[in-house]
Amino acid sequence: MVPRPELRALAGGGPAKVTIEDAGFFYGRFRALRDVNLEVPEKRVTALIGPSGCGKSTLLRMLNRMYDLVPGGRAEGRVLIDGEDVLRTTRLLELRQRVGMVFQRPSPFPMSIRDNVVFAPRLLGWKRPRIEAAVRESLEGAALWDEVKDRLDEPATGLSGGQQQRLSIARCLAVQPEVILMDEPCSALDPIATLKIEDLIHRLARDYTIVIVTHNMQQAARVADYTAFMLMNAEDRCGELVEVGPTVELFNRPRDRRTEDYITGRFG
Amino acid sequence: MVRADRFRILTGGTGLLAPLALLLIVTVLVQQAWPAIVHFGPGFLTGRVWNPVSLNFAALPYIYGTVASASIALVIAIPVGIGVALFLAEPGQAGLRGAIGIAVELLAAIPSVVYGLWALFVMGPFVFKALETPLNNRFGSFPLFSGTARPTSLFTAGLILAVMVLPTLASISREVIRAVPGGLREASVALGATWWETTWRVILPAARAGIFGAVVLALGRALGETIAVTMTIGNRAQISPALFEPAYTLAAVIANEFTEATAPLHTAALVELGVVLIGVTLTVNLSAQLLLRASADARP
Repeated sequence: MVPRPELRALAGGGPAKVTIEDAGFFYGRFRALRDVNLEVPEKRVTALIGPSGCGKSTLLRMLNRMYDLVPGGRAEGRVLIDGEDVLRTTRLLELRQRVGMVFQRPSPFPMSIRDNVVFAPRLLGWKRPRIEAAVRESLEGAALWDEVKDRLDEPATGLSGGQQQRLSIARCLAVQPEVILMDEPCSALDPIATLKIEDLIHRLARDYTIVIVTHNMQQAARVADYTAFMLMNAEDRCGELVEVGPTVELFNRPRDRRTEDYITGRFG
Repeated sequence: MVRADRFRILTGGTGLLAPLALLLIVTVLVQQAWPAIVHFGPGFLTGRVWNPVSLNFAALPYIYGTVASASIALVIAIPVGIGVALFLAEPGQAGLRGAIGIAVELLAAIPSVVYGLWALFVMGPFVFKALETPLNNRFGSFPLFSGTARPTSLFTAGLILAVMVLPTLASISREVIRAVPGGLREASVALGATWWETTWRVILPAARAGIFGAVVLALGRALGETIAVTMTIGNRAQISPALFEPAYTLAAVIANEFTEATAPLHTAALVELGVVLIGVTLTVNLSAQLLLRASADARP
């Protein structure tokens, strides 16, 4: 085996918003992820790419402690957001307000568009005027306002798939997060809806730190400033981080042969 | 072509059997009850006297007892049933949850006469001693707890009905809750909601229509249950808010008096009670569905 190079984002990435140190993850006894060291630069888009089973979704779910839902799940190492270790925090509501998440399948709650957007503000106990202001702001932020402003009280399930996904984004913008995690946000969408979401991601990166998991390399190339390539170790099926760098460099001059094999499609 | 036609005739024919059976049953019942319907008119529904000696019959106390005992059953069984369903629908600990799930479903396999026996000899006296008497003594001036407490009462019947409809409620609700897309739960948790907030604000609203269906089925069973109620409700035709006093239901009076009814008008009146029971069940079901539709329109 080639010894792993020290895997750090390259200089020039600005200050790190999220610092992942020696992170690993277990599902029961099965080790799904090992020794991940990664710095996620602030107000940039960082993509996690790699074949199925490489642990990219698991890594993403460590950043907002979604793995708490998995019985037998256990994380190791440190995940620092602005210096605070999220793996050990007990203030989950605050963490999930700072770190929003958008999932693969659009998941509108069975309530009106407005109620969907203000779901998290209500959890935080915001006062009414602040909540009202958040509706418009977040829907504008998610490029959905013009399409839904006249039907805010209609059920969110009546929206198209792409609109539902932008609603999911608006829902997490409502509490003004700092980091947004996206788990293959376009894989259930048609090409036009995908394009809209990608445009939106570009715009959001001005204000938010975005980490996106995608199995679509073209998408990573289109939206991400930085890309991390992950791979499952063939021996013990454990996910590892292979290489990370500015997207242009990773795709044009990969340093690791395994990265090159994957991006040129020679991956077996 | 021919095959498709044959298929349509076969399925259409079997499909028609259900409404046809309903129609036939109602027709025959109305025909048998006709003497009483003509004799008592609409007063049958509003009168309170049921006297086989003077051949004076009216149904109101029985309608009251039927609706009241079923309501008590639902008030107790709905929260418990949904609680059980939520527990069973959670992931993890598959062995424990499986065992409890099977136990809950086995409750449905117990014959209702056995429920009646148990309620009559065990649950009724226990509830009388541990709950009815203390409440009756201390809060007897409050209408619900007033009167003379008895081991066989409206409350005892409601309680045993609650146990009997619990499996229906719990197992259907569990399936409905399991069918809620996992993405909804994840999305809610990712927004900072606790388990409780997720359940209350996302999962239950998403499962609402299905849980409502379970409630309607449970209600149907509670309204029509005969033998367990006959054994536990005390069989006294009265309209009283007192939970711990006896009452009487439509199904119970039919079961009790049918073999003794010699006068044709008495028999006809009992059959008319059957018609009323069907009417009550249909009315409750239909209004429940209208209610659901209205609430779905108002709060999407």
